Amino acid sequence: MTTPTAPAADLFDPDLPWRRARSVALRPEPFGALVYHFGNRKLSFLKSRTLVTVVETLADHPSATATLVACGVPEAQRPAYVKALADLARSQMIERRPEEVRA
Amino acid sequence: MTAVLPSRPAAPERPTGGRLVDQFEYGLDAPICLTWELTYACNLACVHCLSSSGRRDPRELTTAEAEGVIDELQRMQVFYVNVGGGEPTVRPDFWHLLDYAIGHDVGVKFSTNGVKLDRARAEQLAATDYVDVQISLDGATAEVNDRVRGTGSFATATKALENLAEAGMKDFKVSVVVTRENVSQLDDFRTLTDRYGAQLRITRFRPSGRGADVWDQLHPTQAQQRELYAWLLANGDRVLTGDSFFHLSAYGQALPGLNLCGAGRVVCLIDPVGDVYACPFAIHEQFLAGNVRSEGGFQRVWQQSELFAELRSPQTGGACTRCAHFDACRGGCMAAKFFTGLPLDGPDPECVQGYGETALAARDLDLVKPKSHLDHSHTGPVRGQPTLLGMPAVPAASTPAPPARICDESPLAGLQLG
Repeated sequence: MTTPTAPAADLFDPDLPWRRARSVALRPEPFGALVYHFGNRKLSFLKSRTLVTVVETLADHPSATATLVACGVPEAQRPAYVKALADLARSQMIERRPEEVRA
Repeated sequence: MTAVLPSRPAAPERPTGGRLVDQFEYGLDAPICLTWELTYACNLACVHCLSSSGRRDPRELTTAEAEGVIDELQRMQVFYVNVGGGEPTVRPDFWHLLDYAIGHDVGVKFSTNGVKLDRARAEQLAATDYVDVQISLDGATAEVNDRVRGTGSFATATKALENLAEAGMKDFKVSVVVTRENVSQLDDFRTLTDRYGAQLRITRFRPSGRGADVWDQLHPTQAQQRELYAWLLANGDRVLTGDSFFHLSAYGQALPGLNLCGAGRVVCLIDPVGDVYACPFAIHEQFLAGNVRSEGGFQRVWQQSELFAELRSPQTGGACTRCAHFDACRGGCMAAKFFTGLPLDGPDPECVQGYGETALAARDLDLVKPKSHLDHSHTGPVRGQPTLLGMPAVPAASTPAPPARICDESPLAGLQLG
């Protein structure tokens, strides 16, 4: 966690590119989704369908903030979503995308 | 079914948002996890066995059928199953099914008395990702353990723990059912599990299976429940509980985890013959939702059974809903009430506010407590029989009598332990 290239797990920067962790599966549920990490076997829940869309489309956008905008999350609700994503980052359900070359 | 279940409004609408626990009351599209008992066969004859196991059921799911269930669990994204029995490792295809499940994204946590966990198996497990092992132990000393689980069972379990530790297995568990006789040993269990680098898991004793026969004798007293609650508050972060002690939350501070009966909502049981029950502690026709062999398989049972639909709505009536602590304990354990002959919308027999004792005392003297239609208990003597019931232990070296029927033979007859 001390090397500058490895993002500290408890520091979630919404302006960086993120994605659903590769060893994580989402199972749709009526209220949102069940999240399962095959590596650490942790189980978590996404409590809204919008959050499910956000997590699933993180990889399509340059940053988490851009994902929230694209998913139509109202500005007033964004802090709550950022907090939810920070929790997911801490439990390794989402991970930083390696810097990519953009066309 | 309607007669026994607490009054609930017809098909209520699921709320949007809110607490997860409220969402869970309405059920999920697939269980969070489920218990799958692979066989009723067992080398032991524990006095409190929740599934009255002993003899193999000839209708047991075949290897191909079990693989079919795993395929279905993979499709439904059930990410792990708790495998038990009986003693699951006495099924000759146990190791194959374990690999098959893991290969199909269904993680396995299995409970065993340790009888098959020799060095080679321990090494195999240590080399396998995505498998969890729980060794059952109901006393921190042989004296307390063997009284309920049978002579020699402490030695078998600790030998298995030793093998797992030596093989470098990580995160294996010691699984303890908390009883009147071992509740004072919780710290000793911690010492014991630490010695093997294992993790302690304690769960609630329910009056299910043969457990009903010894419940009056073995369930913790009110004073012990209070001690257990204090112990859980102090040690809760370092011990697993399967969220099974949620009835204790009515003492005040909620215990960590899901404080809700998950039966038919977020968990269920598949028994060795493929019958699906609301929970592992509810092997009774009243809680039988269907069979995985029927058309539509497990998925149809989970998603469409009438019983589960009934269980998936919040309880709105009954004495408990008027109690100030209802939100904390949610009325407790359905199976504990049912098998002690209490109404399902009333208090848990171990209600910490004391309403359970009152309800037990008020039971009709002529009441016949519900009994499961299934009993696979050994019918003849078992080596190392438990002594709790005052029966003499059968000497370990005795020559087993020839079995009267195929089913009567212990699956481990002739096996040298040790």
